[in-house]
Amino acid sequence: MHIVVCAKQIPDPETPPSAFRIDAASNKVVPAQGIAPVLSQFDGIAAEAALRIKEANAGSKVTVISLGADSAASAIKQVLAMGADEGVLLNDPAFEDGDSYTTAKTLAAAIKKLGDVDAVFCGRQAADWDMGQVGLLIAEEMGWPVSIIAKGVTTGGAGLQIQRVVEDGYETVETPLPAVVTVSNEFGEPRYPKLPQIMAAAKKTVTQWKTADLGLDAGEVGAAGARLKLEKLSTPPRGGAVELMPGDSPEEQAAALVAKLRADKII
Amino acid sequence: MARNILVVGELVGGQPTSTTLEMLGGAAALAEGGTVGVTLLGAGAAAAAAACAGASTAYANDDAAYDTFLGEQWLEAVGAALDASNAELVLIAQSTAGREIGPRLAHRRNTAVAMDCTSIVSDGGTIKANRPAYGGNAVATYSFATSPAIATVRAKSFEVASGAGPSNTVALPAPGASRVSVTGREKVVAEGLQLQDASIVVAGGRGLGASESFRVLEEMATTLGRDKAAVGASRAAVDLGWYPPSQQVGLTGKVVTPDLYFAIAISGASQHMAGCSGSKVLVAINRDAEANIFGFAKYGIVGDYKTVIPAVIAELKK
Ligand SMILES: Cc1cc2nc3c(=O)[nH]c(=O)nc-3n(C[C@H](O)[C@H](O)[C@H](O)COP(=O)(O)OP(=O)(O)OC[C@H]3O[C@@H](n4cnc5c(N)ncnc54)[C@H](O)[C@@H]3O)c2cc1C
Ligand SMILES: Nc1ncnc2c1ncn2[C@@H]1O[C@H](COP(=O)(O)O)[C@@H](O)[C@H]1O
Repeated sequence: MHIVVCAKQIPDPETPPSAFRIDAASNKVVPAQGIAPVLSQFDGIAAEAALRIKEANAGSKVTVISLGADSAASAIKQVLAMGADEGVLLNDPAFEDGDSYTTAKTLAAAIKKLGDVDAVFCGRQAADWDMGQVGLLIAEEMGWPVSIIAKGVTTGGAGLQIQRVVEDGYETVETPLPAVVTVSNEFGEPRYPKLPQIMAAAKKTVTQWKTADLGLDAGEVGAAGARLKLEKLSTPPRGGAVELMPGDSPEEQAAALVAKLRADKII
Repeated sequence: MARNILVVGELVGGQPTSTTLEMLGGAAALAEGGTVGVTLLGAGAAAAAAACAGASTAYANDDAAYDTFLGEQWLEAVGAALDASNAELVLIAQSTAGREIGPRLAHRRNTAVAMDCTSIVSDGGTIKANRPAYGGNAVATYSFATSPAIATVRAKSFEVASGAGPSNTVALPAPGASRVSVTGREKVVAEGLQLQDASIVVAGGRGLGASESFRVLEEMATTLGRDKAAVGASRAAVDLGWYPPSQQVGLTGKVVTPDLYFAIAISGASQHMAGCSGSKVLVAINRDAEANIFGFAKYGIVGDYKTVIPAVIAELKK
């Protein structure tokens, strides 16, 4: 079984709102001082899901692909340290400022170039833009079935057995291979690589592919090929000042609160 | 500028979901003289059309097989409705079904989708979609280079329209083949009042320290009235296994807009606020006076929930 994990490097989503800045002129997020970019959380979980399948099925292989700038190599290295076998970085100025569609098209071109892929695992959404599209769009580009928001994935049945999270619980679904799966946090925590694995991963070479390597044209990738146009990125308005309940004891504060809520006729 | 709009409806127990009705309200306002169609798939579809105020045409199929969501089957049916309706804008709920249908439909129609939108406006005749990004730290406004424009819509983003349902119904095809099949199902929902229907939500976070502490929150909800109040949780609390995922509030959980929201031992991360910032009154109870949650709250108590909540319960009982 050859599984591709799509992994994106993003600004740390736990960046406190006070450190979050937007450059209005370029409609871009200004990297927060001293807060390093991270592997998008759900992608680490997708990698964990792929590695468990690799371990359960002898002869399996995991390849991690990222579309991003030079720094995204560290996201790839992180997944290599977890136990992935190979890494590919899709790095070309022409890829910049694309939308979900161009990202998926470029990733799918790389998956086609690898050729022998049985499954693609993505995160449920990249925790920067929170779109949750790229896995589905890769499936459509490849013509493969797709199951989203998985809390469990194993080989079996028609190919893969997936537990998907739905509004009122979970469903078990079965899909033939090749297929795309997007993985959610309900799956559990990803493994934490140990120092020797981190050092071994650091020595591995990451393959780099550009537009031409993928048989694509500069006009169909990045900003040039995008269908969704970002008009504006702004900071949402915040609420007004909080009214803190007076009192020296919890009882006094609780009494003040309940009195307020009753006066406002909310309770 | 008149535009035709298609709303992909969803049914629960044969009734249109509240988000379906909200999207129809939004569509009625955005159509500006164009038509509004609604797709209804599953048991009771034809009858459910009557409740769809704002729509002029229902595209329906009653086959109960549609009650089990399978993307490939739904895509065929929604595609047929899209052909018939000639829509320039398609609205889909940000739900299990919508999360899958939105991107796949966009790809099949050589167009794009903006996911999880909280408002959609007609700006000088151009459709613009607003959606939170960066976990709620930013708002992104998008336009579409291709047609139809497709958007998935977050719950409570539009007002429900009043008036009669659609006057005519067009039949959609019966479910076709699907490569993915459903082999099992496990329902995990809290008993009684559902989170989204509650007018009061008592939510707890990681600061509660243990799953047992949710019993105290449940006691508070009971004191407030179990017909009004439900208990919610932050993702940190859900991930720790303290409360079921069905009760998670936030970006990757449920969106709630109650009259009153208690955030207890919740720090107020933007991804949590994405699910509750539409609450009318937010009360924060946190021992850290610097916690982000106080920036969103109307009323706050700085203190340890272990002493504050029993005091609040006692006061409520008076
Ligand atoms: C892509 C993405 C999606 C996400 N989706 C969601 C989502 O849907 N919902 C969600 O909630 N989160 C979500 N998160 C996680 C989010 O970023 C936060 O990590 C999470 O909301 C934190 O939960 P918390 O406030 O319970 O915990 P913490 O941030 O740990 O806060 C605990 C709070 O409890 C207070 N406290 C501690 N002890 C006490 C006490 N004894 N009395 C009173 N107060 C006390 C502390 O001061 C602190 O403010 C998401 C994150 C990402 C990256
Ligand atoms: N630039 C990228 N490089 C690699 N994988 C990506 C990239 N963007 C998105 N993905 C994958 O697609 C998933 C969903 O992304 P999105 O649709 O942007 O929310 C992510 O969790 C990743 O698995």
